[in-house]
Amino acid sequence: MTEQKPTAPDPEEPPPSGRARLLAALRRPWSRGQVTAAVLLAVVGFGSVVQVRANEGSDRYVGMRQGDLIQLLNSLSTASQRAENEIAKLQQTRSTLRNDTDSRRAALERARQQANTLGILAGTLPAQGPGVRATITDPNGKVGTDLMLNGIEELRDAGAEVIEINDSVRVIAQTSFKDGLRGIIVDGHQLSPPYTIDAIGNPHTLAQAMAFTGGFIDEIESPAIGGKVVVAQSQSIEIASVRQPAQADYARPAHSG
Amino acid sequence: MIAGLGLLLGVVLGLLLQPQVPLWMEPYLPIAVVAALDAVFGALRAFLDGIFDDKVFVVSFVSNVLIAALIVYLGDKLGVGGQLSTGVIVVLGIRIFSNVAAIRRHLFHA
Repeated sequence: MTEQKPTAPDPEEPPPSGRARLLAALRRPWSRGQVTAAVLLAVVGFGSVVQVRANEGSDRYVGMRQGDLIQLLNSLSTASQRAENEIAKLQQTRSTLRNDTDSRRAALERARQQANTLGILAGTLPAQGPGVRATITDPNGKVGTDLMLNGIEELRDAGAEVIEINDSVRVIAQTSFKDGLRGIIVDGHQLSPPYTIDAIGNPHTLAQAMAFTGGFIDEIESPAIGGKVVVAQSQSIEIASVRQPAQADYARPAHSG
Repeated sequence: MIAGLGLLLGVVLGLLLQPQVPLWMEPYLPIAVVAALDAVFGALRAFLDGIFDDKVFVVSFVSNVLIAALIVYLGDKLGVGGQLSTGVIVVLGIRIFSNVAAIRRHLFHA
């Protein structure tokens, strides 16, 4: 281009360089060749964009042969079948585990209930519920083991579930009564009057059991003893004293066959 | 100038319309596009050489596209479509490279 200019006094004579031709074309747009080129370039642009978009949409399987596609389909269906088998197996495992958990939970619930019942019976758990509170005053010191035992037997007969004496001694199956110097000795605890007996059960039945003619109250309040009994029914008797669970040294469960 | 605008118009149309490629056209379109690109670069080189002729351009464009599509079609029928497509792409690629080299020499003298 630079060496052509000095040798070209006439702009028509020398063959113009490519760059000059391009600039001329840019300045003079509406020639027939340009319009033709524009149309064809538009076709090319349109086609490339369409192809690029189609390619982005599904570039994995375009251009694959039929055989390859069939093989691919087969392997995919095999894989999905394997996955379905896996799912079925896992679902089965899950339901087995769930059943297992359910039965285990039920057994645990049952065991816990049984432990509560036994704990209340054996006196290892504090208890609470409706019942009566009998306060026995003994100014002459004449209430002894037999009278106390009578009273407790009456209460048990009337369905007392938990019994406590003087808020400190829980009466259970192994409880022992002894006469002491002043008062009585229950399970090794020296108790002195006035005595209180807390019993959990049906309050009305319990009160009736102590009040019938010739019963516990009549005996205590007889002139020979000269004591006094006050029975209070309550919807909420709390028994806080507990026992350590006793270990059986000799007795063993006998399996009845 | 107008040619550049035409190219731009085509691209914009393609983006706006987003046409679905018909199924029968799917194997031929990529080859056809490459063949058309070859024709375009050939035309640009001819223009810079000063021997550009719009009739030649149109004929070469159409025949390029048709022959490329025909080769792919034939290859598919013969069971060597993939290999033949690759061959066409290689040949067209070489031609595009040589055309672009000539264009570069014209524009940058290098």
